[in-house]
Amino acid sequence: MADREVTPRVVVVGAGPAGVRAAQTLLEAGIRPVVIDEAARAGGQIYRRQPANFRRTHQELYGTEAARAQAVHDGFDAIAVAVDYRPDTLVWNIADGQVWTASEQGYATLPYDALILCTGATDRLMPVKGWHYAGAYSLGAAQVALKAQACAIGANVVFMGSGPLLYLVASQYVKAGAKVAAVLDTSPFSNRLRAAVDLIAQPGILADGVALTRALAKAGVPVLTGVTPLEIIGDAENGVNGVRVRLANGTEREFAADAVALGYHLRPETQLADLARCEFAFDAKTRQWLPKRDLDGRASVAGVYLAGDGARILGARSAEVSGRLAALAALADLGRPVDPLTVTHLRRQVASYARFARGLATAFPWPHEQAANLPDEAIVCRCEAVTAGDLRRVVNETGAKEANRAKAFSRVGMGRCQGRYCGHAGAEVIAACANIPVEQVGRLRGQAPVKPLPVAIAPEGEE
Amino acid sequence: MTQGRFVRLAEQDRAPLTLHVDGQPVTAMEGDTLMVAMLAAGRVLRTSEFGDGKRAGFCLMAACQDCWVWTEDGSRLRACSTPVSTGLRISTSQPGASWPTAK
Repeated sequence: MADREVTPRVVVVGAGPAGVRAAQTLLEAGIRPVVIDEAARAGGQIYRRQPANFRRTHQELYGTEAARAQAVHDGFDAIAVAVDYRPDTLVWNIADGQVWTASEQGYATLPYDALILCTGATDRLMPVKGWHYAGAYSLGAAQVALKAQACAIGANVVFMGSGPLLYLVASQYVKAGAKVAAVLDTSPFSNRLRAAVDLIAQPGILADGVALTRALAKAGVPVLTGVTPLEIIGDAENGVNGVRVRLANGTEREFAADAVALGYHLRPETQLADLARCEFAFDAKTRQWLPKRDLDGRASVAGVYLAGDGARILGARSAEVSGRLAALAALADLGRPVDPLTVTHLRRQVASYARFARGLATAFPWPHEQAANLPDEAIVCRCEAVTAGDLRRVVNETGAKEANRAKAFSRVGMGRCQGRYCGHAGAEVIAACANIPVEQVGRLRGQAPVKPLPVAIAPEGEE
Repeated sequence: MTQGRFVRLAEQDRAPLTLHVDGQPVTAMEGDTLMVAMLAAGRVLRTSEFGDGKRAGFCLMAACQDCWVWTEDGSRLRACSTPVSTGLRISTSQPGASWPTAK
């Protein structure tokens, strides 16, 4: 078609709340975007869909967020045919102005005029001795098991870590009929009071959170704050038997369990932004590196836009807004008309979610000091069973204090998860050991392929 | 039969199907992921190559790669993102691989 030649190609990576709203916004402006999603069904993780032959309602699956989840799903279903939708497709590299994809159909490269990265987030993890045992899962895993497969990760589950998702998933388990042994939050309760000034930016979400906590208490689930995780008890053959923690009053206590869900809020999936050569900056509040972006999601590289939790953790509601904003920014940069009032309105909403997120970071801080206190025998890298002692030895014996250099010597961050689950804690172990600020340790560089490629379609030869 | 690790809480009226894991029949349901099928029937997915014991997956969202298993002809599968199908024959160790495990 003649007009195909002049229509700019906009590629949206990810079909969660941010990607869906970005695609819709582009389509409304007359651009047919390519939407590439790793999952088989659009929706992302927090609004993850169950298989087509499951029957639970949106209300059962998403609770207070049912209407929002439904709107995102319906919104995408309505445009799935109109956009160039590529599900079950991994973007494994971004280089030379092209997106590199892999799917069962094979490899493809796709040049773009604008690239909107809506890559979402995964759990942020702090190692604890024994977290490699079978039955220790990420908090997100516990939620995915329930939402996407109607399963609990065990017959008696401990939820340990911090952040709003800890309470959300635990209460979803109780509601679904699973047994929850305890909710063990590392954050002291007093932090929530200090956070109130920012948390009131989103009174609805705050009220939902308070209601969740009350529901857990009402169901008889022990909910303890200011807890220090000491150990996941178990053995290498049979897996988890329980957890041992130090309570806020200094006493030690064990909870029996056959599964543990671990999570300390979320971390953005920034590997693709990294490969696209976006600049990063250290965020002192959450102690992590985030890709730089302007108010509307423009990255430091022209033509690259960042939205949703893949840019910074502001939650699913904000992701819908930042997805729209990023698409409008791309449209404006492509010379399309954009209503400035709409942009102003969306920016205000994101600012409100950002204030709420700041409150969450105050209420449920990343307990970085735990990394310094990890016993030497605790595994930091689950992929290759590298311990805190191994990593400290590298720091002390080789003097490697930079994340990528320490990775080369210790292999922490080099395994199959590519540092997703050990990277933040590894940096804290190095910083504490070398007695330097964690920002001086730097961050693990993203590497292509961002995930292992299926053997069946691996390239035949390399240049 | 060993008790499974995962506990099914709902959606149990789906059509059953049978797959084989290390030669043993495993009953699953249409719509199960391979991981759910294996962990509703058993306790673990594989043995770590690094000598630290059995593994049963970790993230369930295709990010950690802890849940690799193999088809009997040697293709690697991520159990958490692979739907089950009748006749699937799974090996919990890599067919043909024979390197010694560490430690």
